[in-house]
Amino acid sequence: MDSPLAAQAVASGRLTIALAGNPNAGKTTVFNMMTGARQHVANYPGVTVDLKEGSARLDNRTVKVVDLPGAYSLNAYSTEEIVTRNFIIEQLPDVVVNVVDASNLERNLYLTVQLMELGVPVVVALNMFDIVQRRGLTIDTAKLSVLLGVPVVPTVASRDEGVDDLLKTADALALAPQAARKVDYGREVEPHIDQLTSLVASCAGLQGRARWFAVKMLEDDEVTRNRVRSLCPSEFEKIAAECRRIRAHVEKICGHDITTVLADRRYGFIAGACAEAVRRTCEAHVSKSELIDRLVLHPWMGLPIFGAAMYLMFLMTFTLGEPMMTAMAGGIRWFSGLVYGLWPAQSESFLRSLVVDGVLGGVGGVLSYLPNILLLFLAIAFLEDSGYMARAAFIMDRLMHKIGLHGKSFIPMLIGFGCTVPAIMATRTLETRRDRLTTIMVLPLMSCGARLPIYVLMIPAFFPKTWQAPVMGLIYLTGVLLAVVAARVLRSTLFKGESVPFVMELPPYRMPSMRGLLIHVWDRGWQFVKKAGTLILGISVLLWSLSVWPQPGAEKLEPIREQLAVAAGANDPARLAELENQVSRLRLENSAIGRIGNTIAPAFAPLGFDWRVSTALIGAFAAKEMFVAQMGIVHSLGQTDEHSSSLQEALRDTYTPLQGFCIMLFCLISMPCMATVAVTRKETGSWKWAALQLGGLTVTAWIVTAAVYQLGRLATG
Amino acid sequence: MDRTLADTKPGEKVELVGINGGGRCFINRLTEMGLVPGSRLEVECGGMHGPTIVVVKGVRLALGQGMAHRVLVRKIPAGGKA
Repeated sequence: MDSPLAAQAVASGRLTIALAGNPNAGKTTVFNMMTGARQHVANYPGVTVDLKEGSARLDNRTVKVVDLPGAYSLNAYSTEEIVTRNFIIEQLPDVVVNVVDASNLERNLYLTVQLMELGVPVVVALNMFDIVQRRGLTIDTAKLSVLLGVPVVPTVASRDEGVDDLLKTADALALAPQAARKVDYGREVEPHIDQLTSLVASCAGLQGRARWFAVKMLEDDEVTRNRVRSLCPSEFEKIAAECRRIRAHVEKICGHDITTVLADRRYGFIAGACAEAVRRTCEAHVSKSELIDRLVLHPWMGLPIFGAAMYLMFLMTFTLGEPMMTAMAGGIRWFSGLVYGLWPAQSESFLRSLVVDGVLGGVGGVLSYLPNILLLFLAIAFLEDSGYMARAAFIMDRLMHKIGLHGKSFIPMLIGFGCTVPAIMATRTLETRRDRLTTIMVLPLMSCGARLPIYVLMIPAFFPKTWQAPVMGLIYLTGVLLAVVAARVLRSTLFKGESVPFVMELPPYRMPSMRGLLIHVWDRGWQFVKKAGTLILGISVLLWSLSVWPQPGAEKLEPIREQLAVAAGANDPARLAELENQVSRLRLENSAIGRIGNTIAPAFAPLGFDWRVSTALIGAFAAKEMFVAQMGIVHSLGQTDEHSSSLQEALRDTYTPLQGFCIMLFCLISMPCMATVAVTRKETGSWKWAALQLGGLTVTAWIVTAAVYQLGRLATG
Repeated sequence: MDRTLADTKPGEKVELVGINGGGRCFINRLTEMGLVPGSRLEVECGGMHGPTIVVVKGVRLALGQGMAHRVLVRKIPAGGKA
């Protein structure tokens, strides 16, 4: 699926339909109804937002359908808008089906008008047509079609009504394209546009859409400006100068910025069409959504209700997820045992170790989080589809604004307490790249579920009962505070820029459809599994080989081997276990990880860490909870878990409470796990951000932990 | 006399006159959401405290912190269609 669409269409002679529309217009429902289960995430070169692609059946043919991201217009305002626009210009779909919320015709048609202007064949789907009738409106679709100059098809996608008709209309339009009506920008502006259009049309690369490019140049659209500059370097200066002149002229005459004048004309065109085609038969009454919002957005009640909703979300995830996770982990362990048994008991086969410890240990460990992640996705999808997410963002905006983030950033941060991976994927709802990157960068500071075993091990080992809960709270709070500081710093340095106005549509509350929810969860879950199968697999194997090679020399192992044989002969299981743990420790110490741990240990000395801690930290990159197991091995205790009292004793004997606290602090802040790095790479589209996140957090962790340790030492004498 | 959206009362119907400050990107965003000079707004919740929700072209929009202070409005003269 990597080749451009146009090439594929030519090769197969297939029709390609692109779906475009405002968020909340029901675009995805139309897509699901058209394609059913025949859909997948498509990769197009240079496109950072996931595009879903599917095939629909029309008579005996299949039609390719691409679901473009939700956009309010074709300005270069958000990633979604740029993707939508570039897709249409570069991939040249045969028809664009514009899904419109029929009950909010005026605002929704703003995108339609721009699509028409783009010069592609457009079919308008008047979706949620049933709500129109319920609200006491009638829309004369035939008249609207004439007024806009594009086919208009009423649909109720949630009940699969009109979708076939929509496909047929799109097909017919592709075979015989008709010209849409042009927006008349008025006698002040129109002559200027005409003149600019002919100037633009003189460039070979821009001929097809000269008027569109002319209008966008007048609006001083950055993406268009760059495109014109590269496609038409000789004429660019002339065009740009002409645009500046027209802008100044129009502003003087009309008293408004040209962007406003053009928008006003577009809305005027729409209002004219609506006035003729829409009839109100009865007065609208207070809607159910409005009543719910009076409660949900109440100045005092809003926050507690939001808190309760979030609490329920996590409660559901963890109560339902816990048994599933245990079962999943059990299943993986059973499978590991099965594979392990394929070799004779005393075998020292590397292949067995690779499969069992490397692949199943690494990938399996990450996969055991799948049930929780899927449940979180389900809860988020429910909140999104029901319309509550927009309200939640609004409630949190006041707070988030203060730290330089958007209200919508709050949801990913909350999810981050469960697992950073779905949290990073949830940042897709953020509109600007700046907000999105800032949020992704600070997300690992929300202490995720995998770090909990570390605290559960360390806190009881070092702190008396009365102190345990406050210390735990302190760790979580430190993460949140650091995230706030980091977000502020990032927003005023690396991701500096105009703050986004918080204007958000409050869509009517709707009962989400089960089918929609499941498709959503399946999509995201599958992406996670795919990641586990590729990147995480690779890193697991790498970490495994680093922990196995080089092997300790025979002269080191031989003495222990002899003792092992003696213990086996004497049938002394305690001694046998002790010796085996010694072998494990010797192996790890001698391996690349052990050596690296030893080498970098001096760098961690100011933090109060010895070589054991630095070795375990490297292992913890696979997954944070691995730290516990690694600490067990380096303390010659073999396989341990977070409730192991022998490990807690060993820790108590080796480290002071201050050191214990510093270890936890470092685990909290320092490098995120490999799954996080992988998902950051995927979601940001570049290794640069993943590396920055990894490096930045680790350096921060070092500085903070060193400061705490050194000050702590001074304080405690 | 121009007022801002923060000075309005719930239930009031006003006309948008202009936006204070903000770059092109900012204005574009408001435009595509339907907030252009001449738009008629119905204030659902408003005032200095609490959320600001307006109905524009049949769509309910929530405006964040500070936004209400930047939207200039004027009362629709009696007899005006809302």
